[in-house]
Amino acid sequence: MATSAREHAHAPAPSKTGLWSWLTTVDHKRIGILYGASAFIFFLIGGLEALLIRWQLRIPENNFLSAEAYNQLFTMHGTTMVFLAVMPLSAMLFNYLIPLMIGARDVAFPRLNAFSYWVFILGGLFMNASFLFNAAPDAGWFGYANLTSKQYSPGMNVDFWVIGLQILGVASLAAAVNFFVTIINLRAPGMKLMRMPMFVWMSMITQVLLLLAFPVITVALVFLLTDRMFGTGFYIPAQGGDPILWQHLFWIFGHPEVYILILPPFGIVSEILPVFSRKPLFGYAAMVFSGAFIAFLGFGVWSHHMFSTGLGPIADSVFSLTTMLIAIPTGVKIFNWIGTLWGGSLQMKTPLYYALGFIALFVIGGLSGVMHASPPADLQQTDTYFVVAHFHYVLFGGAIFAMVGGAFYWWPKMFGYMLREGLGKVQFWIMFIAMNLTFFPMHYAGLHGMPRRTYTYVAGLGLDWLNLVETIGSLGLAVAFTLFMVNIFVSFRGRKANPAPADPWNGATLEWSIPSPPQEFNFPEIPTVEGRDPLWTAKRKHGGPLPEPKRVDGSNIHLPNPSYWPLVTAIGMSIMLIGFMAGGLPVNLIGVAILFFGAFRWAFEPTG
Amino acid sequence: MSHADAHAMHPPTATGLDTRKLAIWTFIGSECLFFASLISTYLVYKGKSLVGPLPHDASQCMLDGRMQQCEGVFEIPLVTFGTAVLLFSSYFVVKALSGAQRGNRKQLIGWLSATVVGGLFFVGMQVYEFYHFFHKGLGYTTNVFSASFYTLTGFHGTHVTLGVIWLSTVLVLAIRGKLPPEKALNLELAALYWHFVDVVWIVIFPVVYLMK
Repeated sequence: MATSAREHAHAPAPSKTGLWSWLTTVDHKRIGILYGASAFIFFLIGGLEALLIRWQLRIPENNFLSAEAYNQLFTMHGTTMVFLAVMPLSAMLFNYLIPLMIGARDVAFPRLNAFSYWVFILGGLFMNASFLFNAAPDAGWFGYANLTSKQYSPGMNVDFWVIGLQILGVASLAAAVNFFVTIINLRAPGMKLMRMPMFVWMSMITQVLLLLAFPVITVALVFLLTDRMFGTGFYIPAQGGDPILWQHLFWIFGHPEVYILILPPFGIVSEILPVFSRKPLFGYAAMVFSGAFIAFLGFGVWSHHMFSTGLGPIADSVFSLTTMLIAIPTGVKIFNWIGTLWGGSLQMKTPLYYALGFIALFVIGGLSGVMHASPPADLQQTDTYFVVAHFHYVLFGGAIFAMVGGAFYWWPKMFGYMLREGLGKVQFWIMFIAMNLTFFPMHYAGLHGMPRRTYTYVAGLGLDWLNLVETIGSLGLAVAFTLFMVNIFVSFRGRKANPAPADPWNGATLEWSIPSPPQEFNFPEIPTVEGRDPLWTAKRKHGGPLPEPKRVDGSNIHLPNPSYWPLVTAIGMSIMLIGFMAGGLPVNLIGVAILFFGAFRWAFEPTG
Repeated sequence: MSHADAHAMHPPTATGLDTRKLAIWTFIGSECLFFASLISTYLVYKGKSLVGPLPHDASQCMLDGRMQQCEGVFEIPLVTFGTAVLLFSSYFVVKALSGAQRGNRKQLIGWLSATVVGGLFFVGMQVYEFYHFFHKGLGYTTNVFSASFYTLTGFHGTHVTLGVIWLSTVLVLAIRGKLPPEKALNLELAALYWHFVDVVWIVIFPVVYLMK
């Protein structure tokens, strides 16, 4: 084996273009781009689902969609946006940025990284394949028992959901182990924990949340799967089970999950604000510890999703208090962001627009969130559009605004050309206005009693014009993202005229010290870090902008070999799980066989 | 420098910990929540079964097509013996690892084989136990006790089985002479996982079998 490994290492470098190179890539930057492209497509699909929902609700008693189609659309909209859009958009940034920011050549386990991506995309495709059978999941993204039981959901819809989420969970867990170890162990010399860029810190905390939250939903889904496939009664009262168990398990996962969605955007904004304020992040340590505190408390607030189940005064009080408490570290972050801007020399570039939009909108969403901490208020708001307004302010106004800002910020690094500033700012204003038009009236609709997840409403309840405004707003959001795609297209066409330098924004972190886009090995020499904001220190010492880094010949730099075994293993894993739904035991066993074959070949493959 | 040579791909790590070892520990941390959820569910459903058989007490249950009085299903002596074997296998793998690290091939192969045999015995014990329970009228879907019990111990058994496969693979490497002292980590990783699987059972055994 040792001989073959040596031979392999000296074999001519395999071709770096074409489909095969993408199927076998283990380069964290390429995997990041794969994640980003896939997630953006899923985001557009989820957005289309939202537009159909809004079109149905634009007038009362509309029959544009049937109740069944509406159920499928809102379930798939939620599931897609959470698991197939926002999480993988974060995964794109984890992949692309973490090794660059900590000064590493790749992640700790490059093939495991490829495996995560392949499992994710197979899970996403499987979940969406349900549309082909006209059996898309239709029990809500939270899949409450006993709506999901065989008795009330006899079709394949919920099976697609359970198995799809189970597959996606494997991808998240594998990636979380990988990134956690990468951040702990692959930091460049001098990159102490308290010198890491805030995005890396928030990413690390997110990995901890993933590691501890996903096993819980895995178990919850296993119970649901056995209830549906084999007839156990975990969630079925007639057999002694308790549907509330699902809610507990789901929300023990589900509330940390919302921090999994929002902590990476916190990190993005914490990178953008200092660079465009020309001063270091205010309260670095407070930012780190408030992030960690949010994650810790995030495991102790789940029952605020369940006040209406009647948990009793003690549980209600405890979860009400922890929920109010979690507003404190979040508030610390917001004050620190404002403190970063305060007295800064603000460079009004596109990424800063989105970061500012993020702060404004996230504060609104945060405030309506604290309102849910009060059980009596929450009982009025539960299952109304007020809740829909709240989480769209934090997830669209928060996460998506930060993601778009991050896209404008890191695009030049990833692709080597700048996106158009003017178009970006126009997009910002359309997005900002349309976002508020879409989601602000939902507060009123909710407090007027408009229920969520209901495909229509009757006229004359004071909801008509609110819903019409919301639908007009949602069309504005469609325009904003069309403009984003136009921007990408136009900028790509003009990329020769507008190449990105290594450091277009006067950045502070290591990714800006290398050419755009980076070479495969990232750093010709592993950098040594002497403080926070290493690039600003370097520029200060140099007395001005650094010379443009040259592309160098890296043929002597040892990189992991490409491999297709992660893909094979991912296919085996997916087939194994899909067997529960189609084909039964033989399909399970075929999946297990492919999984073991792939895993063994992977384990004994020379890594170079 | 030998460490750096062994892992030419990565320079020495930021913490000095081996990257693969850290990954196994991270994975184990995650697995704790997996088993915690399963064990919690078992406890939540304790005493909630609508029909028998029950773990300890006699109850009315459906057997041979009619409702009748059934004994509690657990047989503590058998599972105690299986538990002891599993715990001893954790000791065996420590001895095997010490053999691997000191280049004592005989010690390595002997103790590692004993570990694998111990693991296989435990799995065999569990298969026998499940078979036996089934014939006492405890099917997978009989009641919430059976569903949560079989799911919990079944997943643990699956973990033991995967551990046996992993350790056997390392054993084959050892027999072929491909586990020199500088590669003892390949065994240590499997051993860490094996200890974890044992520790989970140390929780399951009293909580599920002994607690009435």
